[in-house]
Amino acid sequence: MSAYLSTFQARGRVLLQYREAALAGVVTQLFWGGIRIMIYEAFYRSSSAAQPMSYAQTVTYLWLIQAMLLLVPWRVDPEAAASIRDGSVAYEMVRPADLYWYWFSRGLAQRVLPVLMRAAPIFIIAMPFFGMQAPVSAAAALAWVASIGAAALLSCAITMLATISLLWSVAGDGVSRLLATLASLLSGSVVPLPFYPDWAQPVLNALPFRGLMDIPFRVYTGDVTLGQWLPLLGHQLIWTAVLVLIGRWLLARGLRRLVVQGG
Amino acid sequence: MADAVRLYTRYIGASLRAQMQYRASFIMNALGHLAITAGEFLSLAALFGRFGNIDGWTLPEVALFYGLVSCAFALCEGVARGFDDFSRTIRNGDFDRLLVRPRSTLLQVAGQELQLLRVGRFLQGLAVLIWSAATLGIAWTLPRILLVLGAVLGGVCLFYGLFVLQATLCFWTVQSLEVMNTLTYGGVETAQFPVTVYRAWFRNIFIYVVPLACVTYFPALAILDRADALGSPTWFQWLAPLVGVGFMALAPQVWHFGVRHYRSTGS
Repeated sequence: MSAYLSTFQARGRVLLQYREAALAGVVTQLFWGGIRIMIYEAFYRSSSAAQPMSYAQTVTYLWLIQAMLLLVPWRVDPEAAASIRDGSVAYEMVRPADLYWYWFSRGLAQRVLPVLMRAAPIFIIAMPFFGMQAPVSAAAALAWVASIGAAALLSCAITMLATISLLWSVAGDGVSRLLATLASLLSGSVVPLPFYPDWAQPVLNALPFRGLMDIPFRVYTGDVTLGQWLPLLGHQLIWTAVLVLIGRWLLARGLRRLVVQGG
Repeated sequence: MADAVRLYTRYIGASLRAQMQYRASFIMNALGHLAITAGEFLSLAALFGRFGNIDGWTLPEVALFYGLVSCAFALCEGVARGFDDFSRTIRNGDFDRLLVRPRSTLLQVAGQELQLLRVGRFLQGLAVLIWSAATLGIAWTLPRILLVLGAVLGGVCLFYGLFVLQATLCFWTVQSLEVMNTLTYGGVETAQFPVTVYRAWFRNIFIYVVPLACVTYFPALAILDRADALGSPTWFQWLAPLVGVGFMALAPQVWHFGVRHYRSTGS
């Protein structure tokens, strides 16, 4: 366990070297959030039909997207990808650590720290100035934190599937691109999920992707009550467990047929 | 000049042959791009399903904006890849090599790559454009067709100018600035809607500073034959895409200024 913890810490220190990049990212995120909010503002003033979320909830949801955008599994761990391409994955197999969890913990660090570095300034700026609301209650805030944690694990489990797929197709980032597309559309990061048509809701609810954003965000805004949230946390955790099991099974199969070239 | 054109076509030919070496990977990626943008458009349609209209504009009308800007941006991303990815050229010190060759640096960077991949996004934009025109029953007279082509080409020029400016900044910053993405990718996002939906200060940025409205909003008004809430005259709406061309014409001046300030990162 401590080996995986050290992996996490080492990766974290590397990432903290790039503070300016994080700052530039925050400015970009604020700008992007601003565009979106103006668009929804225009939509809300154009229609008097009942909407699935109130305007204030929607604005908060949109800011949460900007704050947590890096939770979407955009791309595979570049080092793991490189090690598969150049064959050094063979060395990784020699290490006295389980390869799945080694990559997983490194990926988790790569995900969690940038999210925190980007989220904090957005909360600090968007809350007083741009209509982002606080969590509806202290209990909702705790539930939100727990749900974000589950989302980070889920995101890593999805990334691992994309990484492992490289064992079969070295050149193509096709699978990872496909997963990223599905994840960004079906998690609610493009349009908050409640705005999709009613007939699509059961499908969206069943798929794992809403666990990345929609579930934590809606408990934050109070659109989902605490009683409704508990089974949703189960949804996040069960999907994570399922995807981890699939990933480990695929990795074991992939490594068994792995042939490393070299002399 | 003829020499420059010949060299550019040879650069592009080499780039295309290189990309076609991995045909399966290319097709997968192009399809992936198509899927992303198609999904984004369906999400937009979902919002119209809930709200019906945005400030009186319906989905087919907004689709015209979307189609124009998507086509323009996809074409531009395809041809301007060398500038989009310029920070790498600077970081590796590769720009030194460009400087010692007896040809313009602009030409060499422009010829670095023609990214075929963007064909996915382009086709999707075109499909949306055609759907929009068919749904709205626009009468396709010759002037209108020319205006659509002009708007797309004006858009390509405008985005090209932005990519050149973004690359020029790398002479000072070395790292590429993510902030510039707010003008390129953010511009695409913004221009998908009529500028009138935004607040005045924001709208003015995209009319006067980065004149994206001139290649989407104003020509679209002329195509749709709609009066402008901002009160622009009809003749201006027809000529507005030229502003994009003018914007691109300014970019080389800034570029040459940047080149004079270049200091190599190499040892």
